[in-house]
Amino acid sequence: MAVNAKTLNETEFFYGHKACAGCGGSLAVRIALKVLGENAVAVLPAGCMSAVGFNFPQLCFGNNAIISTFAGTASMLTGIEAGLRAQGITDFHAVGFAGDGGTADIGLQALSGAIDRNDDILYICYDNEAYMNTGIQKSSLTPFGAKTTTTPAGKNIRGNLRPKKNMFEIVAAHGIPYAATASVGYINDFMRKVEKAKQIKGTKYIHILAPCPTGWGIKTDDTIEIAKEVVDCGLWYLAEYENGEFKLNYKPEEFSSVGDYLKKQSRFRHLTDEDIKVIQSSRDAKWEFIHRNFK
Amino acid sequence: MAKRFLSGNEAFALGVRLARPQVISAYPITPQTIVVEKLSEYVEDGSLKAEFIHVESEHSALSCAMGASSVGARAFTATSSQGLLYMTECLPYAAGGRFPIVMMNANRSTALPWNIYGDQRDSVSQLDSGWIQAYAENAQEALDIALMSFYIAEHPIVSTPFMANLDGFVLTHTYEVADVPTIEQADEFLPPYRTKNKMSLSEPKNLAFSAGPESNTIFKLKEHLGVLNARTVISEAEQRFGKIFGRHYTGLTESYRTEDADYILITLGSISGLVREITDKLRAEGKKAGLLRIRYLRPFPNEEIAAAIRNAKAAAVLEKDISFGNEGTVYTNVNSALQKAGINIPTSDYIGGLGGKNISAEEIEGIFAELEEEKRTVKFLGTGGEESGSQCKNAQ
Repeated sequence: MAVNAKTLNETEFFYGHKACAGCGGSLAVRIALKVLGENAVAVLPAGCMSAVGFNFPQLCFGNNAIISTFAGTASMLTGIEAGLRAQGITDFHAVGFAGDGGTADIGLQALSGAIDRNDDILYICYDNEAYMNTGIQKSSLTPFGAKTTTTPAGKNIRGNLRPKKNMFEIVAAHGIPYAATASVGYINDFMRKVEKAKQIKGTKYIHILAPCPTGWGIKTDDTIEIAKEVVDCGLWYLAEYENGEFKLNYKPEEFSSVGDYLKKQSRFRHLTDEDIKVIQSSRDAKWEFIHRNFK
Repeated sequence: MAKRFLSGNEAFALGVRLARPQVISAYPITPQTIVVEKLSEYVEDGSLKAEFIHVESEHSALSCAMGASSVGARAFTATSSQGLLYMTECLPYAAGGRFPIVMMNANRSTALPWNIYGDQRDSVSQLDSGWIQAYAENAQEALDIALMSFYIAEHPIVSTPFMANLDGFVLTHTYEVADVPTIEQADEFLPPYRTKNKMSLSEPKNLAFSAGPESNTIFKLKEHLGVLNARTVISEAEQRFGKIFGRHYTGLTESYRTEDADYILITLGSISGLVREITDKLRAEGKKAGLLRIRYLRPFPNEEIAAAIRNAKAAAVLEKDISFGNEGTVYTNVNSALQKAGINIPTSDYIGGLGGKNISAEEIEGIFAELEEEKRTVKFLGTGGEESGSQCKNAQ
């Protein structure tokens, strides 16, 4: 039976934490754990979710959970999976929740190693597009143009100069059994992907875009809307990689306005019409690639 | 028990096999490689049932071992030099998490300049990381420490990771005859790992959490007490070991002819064998020489050192490390032990064997000869013998 809002586990596994109002990352963690169930063993590196969830004596996970080193999400998952299996325990799901910095920057090597070994783990990257826990610094998943505290928007440089690293295809290039992109704005799609990943042996990777009202400069009740809009305007996409093939899960009939999406967020407010055109044409190039290469 | 001709690495790997680790994370580095190669062969031939994980770095090696330990599995890894330094973040992490991982470290020089040969600057630089640190003298002791290390680390009152150090090449690659216990004997010695400090499906836990200023100190104190508790557990393990295997060890230090010695040389690791020979030679010449071999740098043998040195006229430390801008770290620790015990005899420090430089019998005799002058000096061996720095005066 497909998991949906009606069938979703009523039990809460991540609650009483100190995440900011409107946090997209905590929603992704909460929903994923409901899909995975009580036998999830979660690894969270240094980052927002570990900072808000593990403050002794206020420990916020109802399932087994542990903080790893910043770089060590995937390698600790590997050890947990091997350690339980070595004791004859098999009815569990080793799941990692790392942010964009913990995944695409400092944790990339360990993640690559785990995929290379095809360890039986699920790695979920909640991507809020900057180092939010330390106060909004640029990561390699910060999009072009975004203002962060280390890519200020001034007269000479208008925010981040580099595009977002393509984690989904980097992961797929390893020949991983299953990879997917998702957005907290399309939570049913995310739940379906977690459910699917749960059934697959080997390494699974889900990259979920998770807005951060604090870092993006949006209202706390706009998280879901903006997470929908990023997909609808084509700057993010919902896709899967399986059996060596890419598959697009959702194709907007017509893209909504990139400019509207960007202007709603204070991190992009400095962008000129010219900048927006650059972003729009890189979107178009990406979608050309998607149409050519994705089913 | 069977006698075999083994290198230090091979002996250690056999000791690890006898301990039945459940997860081994492995990343190669000279001169440690033979340990992980051997263990992979044991897994392949079925003589060791363990998950053998080919990690992509030393940081992941220890991170993976922590993951395994956090669910109650017995975990082993091995490293050396740059690899130890690369995983440095994970050292206090494993200790603070009270994960009783065993790691072999093949003592090797640290870059720059690049050098693959043995000295102890790698492990000595990590004395404050919260790990137990043992130093083996020969292949037999390496094997025996491998087996005992799990008992000590996993003991509930210790629950602390264990770093077993073997001098690179001089010990790791040198062949000696060693007794290899049977698996039945090893099983009699070492019970399976049981702990409450783990995540289990029936009793979920949140581990490796944050602890703010109000509770942090108590966690650190408990960690400290865990390392200190290893003192009694090491002694208990060695008694138990002696009963089963008939080989006896002497705790944190080994004293050799120190009882009536006037001049004592304190050292650690593989060079101790040569110092023991020189001690005998000098004794035969009527000189009251003695050797104090440090077997464990953490927990540090404060009392043992004080007891052995108390009646000597002078003592020197011979060590393969230097804390730049001060002196050898073993020397600093030894002086602290003497000062606390109210012992005020001249002590000197000899820094030798850096980057694998040979320490000769003549040099060791020279140290004993200089001890009779009862000076306080810090010297680099083999550099012309000049005193190296004013810090030795400050150490008085």
